[in-house]
Amino acid sequence: MKRILQFIERVGWPRVIIAIFLLSLFIAAPFVRVRIDASISDTLVRFGMNGVMVLAMVPMIQAGCGLNFGLPLGIIAGLVGAVTSIEMGITGLAGILAAMVIAVPIATLLGLGYGILLNKVKGGEMMIATYVGFSSVAFMCIMWLMLPYKSPNMVWGYAGAGLRTTISVEGYWDRAISNVASFNFGEFFYCPTGMFLFFAFMCFLIWIFMHTKTGTAMTTVGSNPEYARSAGVDVDRMRIISVILSTVLGAIGIIVYQQSFGFIQLYMGPFYMAFPAVAAILIGGASVHKATILNVVIGTFLFQGILTMTPSVINSLIETDMSEVIRIIVSNGMILYALTRVVKVRS
Amino acid sequence: MSRKIFTRDNVQHFLISNAVPIIFILLSAFAIPVSKFSGQYLVQEMLVRLSRDSFLVLSLLIPIMAGMGLNFGMVLGAMAGEIGLILITDWNIMGIQGMVLAMIISTPLAVILGWMCGSILNRAKGREMVTSFILGFFMNGVYQLVVLYGFGKVVPIRNPQLLLSRGFGIRNVTNLEGIRKCLDNFIPLNIGGVSIPVATFLVIALFCLFVLWFKNTKLGQDMRAVGQDMDVARSAGIEVEKTRVISIVISTVLACYGQIIFLQNIGTMNTYNSHEQAGMFAIAALLVGGASVAKATIPNVFVGVVLFHLMFVVSPMAGKYLIGQAQLGEYFRVFVSYGIIAIALALHAWKRYKDKERARRSLRGNA
Repeated sequence: MKRILQFIERVGWPRVIIAIFLLSLFIAAPFVRVRIDASISDTLVRFGMNGVMVLAMVPMIQAGCGLNFGLPLGIIAGLVGAVTSIEMGITGLAGILAAMVIAVPIATLLGLGYGILLNKVKGGEMMIATYVGFSSVAFMCIMWLMLPYKSPNMVWGYAGAGLRTTISVEGYWDRAISNVASFNFGEFFYCPTGMFLFFAFMCFLIWIFMHTKTGTAMTTVGSNPEYARSAGVDVDRMRIISVILSTVLGAIGIIVYQQSFGFIQLYMGPFYMAFPAVAAILIGGASVHKATILNVVIGTFLFQGILTMTPSVINSLIETDMSEVIRIIVSNGMILYALTRVVKVRS
Repeated sequence: MSRKIFTRDNVQHFLISNAVPIIFILLSAFAIPVSKFSGQYLVQEMLVRLSRDSFLVLSLLIPIMAGMGLNFGMVLGAMAGEIGLILITDWNIMGIQGMVLAMIISTPLAVILGWMCGSILNRAKGREMVTSFILGFFMNGVYQLVVLYGFGKVVPIRNPQLLLSRGFGIRNVTNLEGIRKCLDNFIPLNIGGVSIPVATFLVIALFCLFVLWFKNTKLGQDMRAVGQDMDVARSAGIEVEKTRVISIVISTVLACYGQIIFLQNIGTMNTYNSHEQAGMFAIAALLVGGASVAKATIPNVFVGVVLFHLMFVVSPMAGKYLIGQAQLGEYFRVFVSYGIIAIALALHAWKRYKDKERARRSLRGNA
């Protein structure tokens, strides 16, 4: 009993509750005639879709810049890349590669500016990041209307100008990454192997980076800026590198998301996208100051699992759609928990 | 050399402190002629919006005084007010009585929510704003749970017109015809074709007096002390935690009344969106008025409401005449409302950093 309590203490109550909740959903699924193989497949697909965006939280948290509520900034860079790639009419993996090649420099530039801004507002990063994200999404709403894209698959038919709110990637690079070495098992189970490989590859890159000299310096800045300064680390520079890295990962993340989802969502689409990613990494066991790649993997799986399972299971159980409410309460409750907990540990 | 740097620094200091209102005045000066609205129309609009929004914005003042920043948790109060309004609509109580009853019902709710919000913020000192912001989202989920699933099941609702067709849960739009403009038209006054909601302005004036009086009470002084420096206040024998909670409770209750006044003017309620917008617009308006996260005055409130809503009314038309797309102006104003909060918050954080440097330099004594 004592050891169980110790384990729970170490893992954290909310995480245990969420894991038990998810487990009970999986157990309950067959009894309410929800196909378990289809559910697991959906969970896996959504896990792969969102993984890279959750991974985008890691560098900034490690460098002490807090939770990256400014993720939409990176997402916007990814969207510009994706839209431009479609405009050029490149299909298949090459199309995705083109999207990424275009998106990464844009994300680097945006991340640089964003990083410089965050260096000027140390201590208030999270609130400002949130509103930088919001206002950049609103700014891009104007841009989507004005930018001179011409492809008839993307612009409004009657006006001939201005991008549509959702753009299908079908015929270009729909599931181009997911379908690499993917396989079906029975009628309902689909495993997007390529997407997992890509996610694993990105995790591996970040893991390597975190163990280089720069990565170690970055972690030092996050855990003790004064010590880092006295050890001769350029704190501001490290923070900027972390922000750029997060923004670039956000850009790549949204491209992975879109190729699996099948649509590019513009305008207000990316508005709230930071919150699920933040909630996921926190559910995985990260705090406002420390995050590991394991946190990303566990958190994304738990969070996306709940998002997939609640609509189907709870709906058939009580015949009302409560998934949206559960999603709001779980994700924001998790963020609240993390924000209030850190201070307790500190004091 | 040090003297030269100092003057440049002074100018910079002035511009940073007043940057947001200056940007807004310039933008309005440009956009009003372009939009081709008549002066009378704009005056009427501004009066309506002043009466509608001022109370909500004023509710933000007290937590700022207590050093807790912008109370994004005011949406909790707005939710409490909305629950009161749903109930009186169901009971079919009209006019001023209905409004007062809604206030009476929602007050205890707002007190409880405010107490909860304050206690949570006490556990997140130094990051009150982002915490109250997320708390707003979180409670929005709880509100949906209660109103969308509880109302009509746990809480009895008799009026079928309020409920969704499935028999429980409130519809997306609640019609508040019963109390529509009841306060605004309580004392009718019309000058040159511009109608003035006198009673609402009287309530707002009363509230301003309350804020002024409150600043000089013992509790108000305590709050300012806590806002200046928590440790000093604590060693002076002030119960810091309690004072902070009280400031949030007052703010939440006032936001609840503010939302009721706001909705009686509009006359319909977006059951699941009204409160979120209330929070965002109130905060943006206050910041536009030149308030910062650490200092806000009553003039800031009124200047802010006028400037912010001027932009709000004018920008879609300006966008239409300028580029030929009203949609563009619409996005522009969304961009402005979020951008202004981002700029104001960033400027505040930057200013705090600069002020620290200035203080350090003056200590050195070469100023």
